[in-house]
Amino acid sequence: MAQVVAVIASTHHPFYYRASTATGADRPPFADEWVAKIEAFRETLTKARPDVLVMVGSDHFHQLWLDNMPQFLVGKAPFFDANFSNEEREFGLPRMTLAGQEDLSAHILRDGLDAGFDLAFSNELRIDHSITCPIITLRPEADLPIVPIYTNIFAPPLPRPQRFVQLGRTIRQLVESWPTDQRVAIIGTGHLSLELGGPRQFGAHGPDPEFDRKAVEWIAAGDIEGALSEVTLDSLHLPGNATHGFMDFLLMMGAAGDGAKADHVDSLDLFHTMEAYFTWYPNGAPA
Amino acid sequence: MSKYLLDKFLYTVDRDPELVERYREDPAGTVTWWEAEMANKLLNCTADERTTWLAFTEEERSALRTHDHVALFGLGAHPFLTLTLFIAMFERDHGPLEYQLAYAKAMEHISLPYPDIAT
Repeated sequence: MAQVVAVIASTHHPFYYRASTATGADRPPFADEWVAKIEAFRETLTKARPDVLVMVGSDHFHQLWLDNMPQFLVGKAPFFDANFSNEEREFGLPRMTLAGQEDLSAHILRDGLDAGFDLAFSNELRIDHSITCPIITLRPEADLPIVPIYTNIFAPPLPRPQRFVQLGRTIRQLVESWPTDQRVAIIGTGHLSLELGGPRQFGAHGPDPEFDRKAVEWIAAGDIEGALSEVTLDSLHLPGNATHGFMDFLLMMGAAGDGAKADHVDSLDLFHTMEAYFTWYPNGAPA
Repeated sequence: MSKYLLDKFLYTVDRDPELVERYREDPAGTVTWWEAEMANKLLNCTADERTTWLAFTEEERSALRTHDHVALFGLGAHPFLTLTLFIAMFERDHGPLEYQLAYAKAMEHISLPYPDIAT
């Protein structure tokens, strides 16, 4: 069976690409520290020597729209083109094309349906920065086949936090029951406290540093019970109006396992939102 | 009230670079044209399969015609869509982050709970 060689949870900051490639007067003062942290984070994936990446993210009203909105969707295609014109325009993100791993997509869809998740699917999916940001930070060569999985953290009504945890646990089980000897990393990105298009946006820090501190503790300790005891669909409005993206972190905690302490934990306090990076090695840290 | 239609306007304009420029330069004309020609277009169907019932309220029309992002927020338009489109139209007239901070400042009187964005 396939091995889950790493579980990785990260924020997806669309400004990283531009900040890390800027030079001279255009280079922001925090860029060097940010790049150093990302390079250390990248090494945690490189060391796990994955063959395939399961990539959990959330479409930002790019291809998925309110006339036909899935809660959870799995991409199944030989290739996924990536990034949209408004991401090029606002963040300077490059166009990309990533290979798909259709056997694993098919396995996750078939066995996921049988496990109680009515997963939607797409055979022609253009993926956005929720998935390309972690490719840029963690695997800039973009040389591994992926299975994209989208969650709805954006267009209410949303699934509840518990459901994200359950899906994470199920994805882990599904990957581990894939009959192959491939080495798989499960990577997902979300947000800590975040405000978009509201009065608390683009502050000197994230809109709710206290929430961020607690969130990092929950994730680092694998404290699913603690997180779920405080986090509800209603409560997530309080730290910032886009904080429902934290539910993708909950999904990744489900994938990492109850009580699983992260092997790598790092964060970076930036304007607008805090960055946070976590890696778990389910089979022990690689040499 | 049609939060969905407000969102559909913001979404379809934002994804089309020519429409972004047209809405920046002529908001009233663009809203009139869009409501007449585009509001009832089903995005994933042929042109003949039009929706028959979508229309803005006068309040929604007015908020769009005046580029009033605060009013759009109050009407429950999706804040991500509004922000993304308005950055595309107006960031260019400002220094780094100046527009984003002014956008927030114009909303500083708004407190929780924010208007419901469910469609």
